[in-house]
Amino acid sequence: MPRPTNPFASTSPSSTTPSLPVKNEKGSSRRQSTSKANKIVQFFSTSPKSKSLDGSLSATSALLAAAQQQALISPSPQISSASLSLPTISLSTATADNLAMDTPPTTLFQPPSPAEARRIAKQHAQFGPLGHQSHRYVSKCMDDDFPEPVMDEPPYYYLLTTYISYLILIIFGHVRDFFGKRFREENYRHLKARNGYAPLNSDFDNFYVRRLKMRINDCFSRPVTGVPGRYITLIDRQSDDHNLHFQLTGTTTETLNMSSYNYLGFAQSEGPCADAVEEAVRKYGMSTCSPRGDVGTSDLHVEVEELVARFVGKPSAMVFSMGFGTNATAFPALVGKGCLIISDELNHASIRFGARLSGAMIEMFKHNDMKDLERLLREVISQGQPRTHRPWRKILVVVEGLYSMEGTMCNLPGILALKKKYKFNLFVDEAHSIGALGPKGRGVCNYFGVDTAEVDILMGTLTKSFGANGGYIAGDKAVIDKLRVTNAGTIYAESPTPPVLMQISTALRIITGEVVPGQGEERLQRLAFNSRYLRLGLKRLGFIVYGHDDSPIIPLLLYNPAKMPAFSHEMLRRKISVVVVGYPATPLVSSRARFCVSAAHTKDDLDRLLVGCDEIGNVLQLKFSSGVAGGAEPLSEGVPMEKGKTPNNEGRNGANIPARPPRWAIHDVLNSGVQDVKSPLR
Amino acid sequence: MDIHDAHEYLLRFLNELSIHFQRVPGSAIFLRYVKASYQNDPVRSAVELFLLLFFVRYLLAPKYSTQKQNYVQLSDEVGSVKTTIREIDELVEDWTPEPLVSPQTAFEEAENEKHPVIVGSDNFGSPTGPKSKLNNGRTVMNLASYNFYNFLANEMIKEKAIQTLRTYGVGPCGPPGFYGTQDVHVKTEADIAAFLGAPACIVYAQAFSTISSVIPAFSKRGDIIVADRAVNYAIRKGIQISRSTVRWYEHNDMEDLERVLAKITKEQAKKPLTRRFIVAEGIFENVGDVVDLPKIIELKLRYKFRLILDETWSFGVLGRSGRGVTEQQNVDASEVDFLVGSLAGPLCAGGGFCAGSDEIVEHQRISASAYTYSAALPAMLATTASESLSLLQSNPDIITQLRENAKAMRAQLDPRSDWVICTSAAENPIMLLVLKPEIIASRELSTGEQDRLLQDIVDETLANGVLITRVKHMPPPLHATPKEIGWQLQPALKVCITTGLSRKEIEKAGITIRHAITKVMTRKR
Ligand SMILES: Cc1ncc(COP(=O)(O)O)c(C=O)c1O
Repeated sequence: MPRPTNPFASTSPSSTTPSLPVKNEKGSSRRQSTSKANKIVQFFSTSPKSKSLDGSLSATSALLAAAQQQALISPSPQISSASLSLPTISLSTATADNLAMDTPPTTLFQPPSPAEARRIAKQHAQFGPLGHQSHRYVSKCMDDDFPEPVMDEPPYYYLLTTYISYLILIIFGHVRDFFGKRFREENYRHLKARNGYAPLNSDFDNFYVRRLKMRINDCFSRPVTGVPGRYITLIDRQSDDHNLHFQLTGTTTETLNMSSYNYLGFAQSEGPCADAVEEAVRKYGMSTCSPRGDVGTSDLHVEVEELVARFVGKPSAMVFSMGFGTNATAFPALVGKGCLIISDELNHASIRFGARLSGAMIEMFKHNDMKDLERLLREVISQGQPRTHRPWRKILVVVEGLYSMEGTMCNLPGILALKKKYKFNLFVDEAHSIGALGPKGRGVCNYFGVDTAEVDILMGTLTKSFGANGGYIAGDKAVIDKLRVTNAGTIYAESPTPPVLMQISTALRIITGEVVPGQGEERLQRLAFNSRYLRLGLKRLGFIVYGHDDSPIIPLLLYNPAKMPAFSHEMLRRKISVVVVGYPATPLVSSRARFCVSAAHTKDDLDRLLVGCDEIGNVLQLKFSSGVAGGAEPLSEGVPMEKGKTPNNEGRNGANIPARPPRWAIHDVLNSGVQDVKSPLR
Repeated sequence: MDIHDAHEYLLRFLNELSIHFQRVPGSAIFLRYVKASYQNDPVRSAVELFLLLFFVRYLLAPKYSTQKQNYVQLSDEVGSVKTTIREIDELVEDWTPEPLVSPQTAFEEAENEKHPVIVGSDNFGSPTGPKSKLNNGRTVMNLASYNFYNFLANEMIKEKAIQTLRTYGVGPCGPPGFYGTQDVHVKTEADIAAFLGAPACIVYAQAFSTISSVIPAFSKRGDIIVADRAVNYAIRKGIQISRSTVRWYEHNDMEDLERVLAKITKEQAKKPLTRRFIVAEGIFENVGDVVDLPKIIELKLRYKFRLILDETWSFGVLGRSGRGVTEQQNVDASEVDFLVGSLAGPLCAGGGFCAGSDEIVEHQRISASAYTYSAALPAMLATTASESLSLLQSNPDIITQLRENAKAMRAQLDPRSDWVICTSAAENPIMLLVLKPEIIASRELSTGEQDRLLQDIVDETLANGVLITRVKHMPPPLHATPKEIGWQLQPALKVCITTGLSRKEIEKAGITIRHAITKVMTRKR
């Protein structure tokens, strides 16, 4: 299929145009300009879908319009110069056009055929083109001692109103229950014992779901269709009975996807991964119809296990069909009675599930708190097993590489220092960090520059960065070989399916540069840039965000429970889909919205999000950071940035510079973000 | 109820409350105290009062501590043991942990080494098809995978999957609650529910993890589970996680079940009503026989238990059109409260499901760990499951053909073989062959020895071009006492029948297996 590739790849409508008005007009007409931007985005983003009617036409005109606009309004210089002078960018962009590489680009502004335009639009809806070479960064720990993220807190006033909101919600819930149970008995019948059966849900346990979660149910489990890439298509629904039931309206909305764990942007329905998967389906069928322990092992499994082992830097690895199941079955094979599991208090449900199954004792330490961990270690080792005081058989410390609700990374150097002294075994769950952290995407060890041999077990999931499904465990050969024959996941559970395996193997090869050289690197660096860019922007706007600077998970604190649905709805109105989480997934007060950054996002997507956040933050009063966690105004000219030290950090303790609450104007944030991201964030 | 009504109710309620309050002796003093201490700030008092009430309520709420009780003792003794920092350092110095895993046994090592690896090839449509190519270059008859209907080689299914791939990609990149619920999942759930005749259905990303999550989502500490002694590993783990009280009944012994139920009902008569469940399998994974469903339904109704039925091995297999035990034994699927099944077996897709009432299904969406905290099933696998189901529905003949083949295989082995008997039901395409009890008795074979003999048979059969396997089982939990281990399954050979092979081929394979058994069993020891 001959097609003019390059210039249009980077001048794609949905990527560059939305930012133009924002960039050109300054602060005053902010609101207007973004709504205009949104309109344009809506126009473009819905165009691929209406193709059955007039899609082809509108898509073409969209592209034409974009091109003209580009030529006329003279967009931000960096983008246009990049796209003109560096026409090769889009080749390395992960947009599956390596096939088209052999057709030389024709004249620059020749409009593509309608079909071609649709194809490009679809491609870019899954993976945005790189706007500029400067939108890259290498994810790596720069400091010798790993700085703890500073946890900012809102004024007490907010905490108090949050508690009161919950109180009011609870009181209202009880009042409604009080009358409901008298006047609408049929609605409560399932909570009472009926003809000798105890209720399936106790009234008390169900209260939270019934009276609190139900109010915001429309923010959860939104049905989607298509690829969860840069954009995600929501299936619209509405409720006539206060979120008890939903009816589909028959329409769909394409939204910017800030919610999927698609860190490296491998959720794509075309490109090298999808092509390889298609071939695998033809060659291997859809399944192996057998557990690994029986005959569910194919050459593909062996190959993927070798690839995974090489990628994470361990001698041996094995793969499973579900990440949750990997943890659930791994612990019983490693520890048992007389052993101790020391687990971070915020560890994932699957780790708790597996730990409980193992029969070992479980102790928890405060999230990422090395002092608490050391205290606990000293206590348990000196005390031995309870009652008998016999020494523990083994102690397994379990942490996650990157915490999915906090955006914090584990303090691996700190843990390893303790490990040398206290001789415990270390299990790191890299579900979110594999692929997402480190200069080569190889997880936390890579990020900190630590030898993987120091960690006993590296576990991870393939669900996230690789756009596939399942989990892996990597370790020494002796350990893995033993686990192969003593692990329920290999003995009973279905083995990973060939299409999923092929997705993993292709994604891994792309990351390492074995296929489509350059693309993997671009994905990694874009993710690192995007993560830092968005986080810095949010901090400067005055939001409280949690987590480390390089983490692609960015929780934005909302506190007040009523702000969860408000934020989610406002974002949806701007065609951005976000995840909001509250109690019980988080502590009661710290309800939050969570953004998952992806390599598939362009800087313009993030700008769109920042503009949205800015507006919503003003309306909902979300900007309450005190400045201790960063986002400060630039230091005056010539004052060097002290490395590894956030000046505000000291300000917190009453010394030196008092922290000034950062409240940047949105255009300043957008204008200076790209350069500032590259220096240590403050 | 709209705000206005609520407001009215509230006022009425408050009014009533104040009247009652004034009747309480000492209320005036209390009121004066409150007024004085809060400078007549009614809002503040009210807030504090509610906080207090909430606190009291919280304190009274049932506690689920995750820590063992004996921990308290430990920390008590910290004081008495009086270890100084230096002593602790010494203890730390002295402590040497065991290696993370114990070394492999020779048997385990051999198993890892001999593990068959199937090679993808274009010749047979699919590698796990009826004939598989191994990595040593040989092509063998595959009687070890659950590809009963040879859906693996079905081009229609593949086309459908590729179509899905081209619209959805592979992974949904998120849990169902956070934008991971795709329309294909909703459709697959509806398809399964319609196929079974159940009101609703929920699809999990892995069959094995399904029931381990379903059980603890409903059965909590203090609830009662009555389970068949032979239930599979996943069910056991589900029960363990739930922390419920568990009672076992003898395998498939309905009289014993009734006895246990009656006993529990009697014991619990005076206690507060708790949730009670019976857990059984449709086809028992470890034994291969079929449950007596009508009888269990009768008992569960009589004693007011709910039934959790694991149809992982019977869904798509039993019944005229593969709907499972319910169809085979003429029970309405809606009579089974929780019907759990697999999409990864004969349907050749992936994932598991739980069908039941709306209430049951919706509750799982927020409280079943393996659903809530795990990424959704890849869209391709969901559409494959739907497609296989419709294939199964439109060709009930293949089920008959499968049973014919199973019969042909059985004729070659049981009772023809002198050494083994088949514990599986006649309709079960997975034939479990155990050594005859008299042989085990006369040769005094331990479980380990049986495993080894059976592995030799598997190897011998493979050498003759037929791939079968044996029932693999988890080693006992690390460092567990025999009492904690409980019921032990009997080692068995596993032969899986498929319609992908002709009757002739099946018979030939059966002869091969029988000869291999004889050869190994008559070998000089
Ligand atoms: C830390 C951690 N472990 C395990 C899992 C489970 O992985 P999967 O979604 O592949 O089942 C998750 C997913 O959310 C996770 O965050």
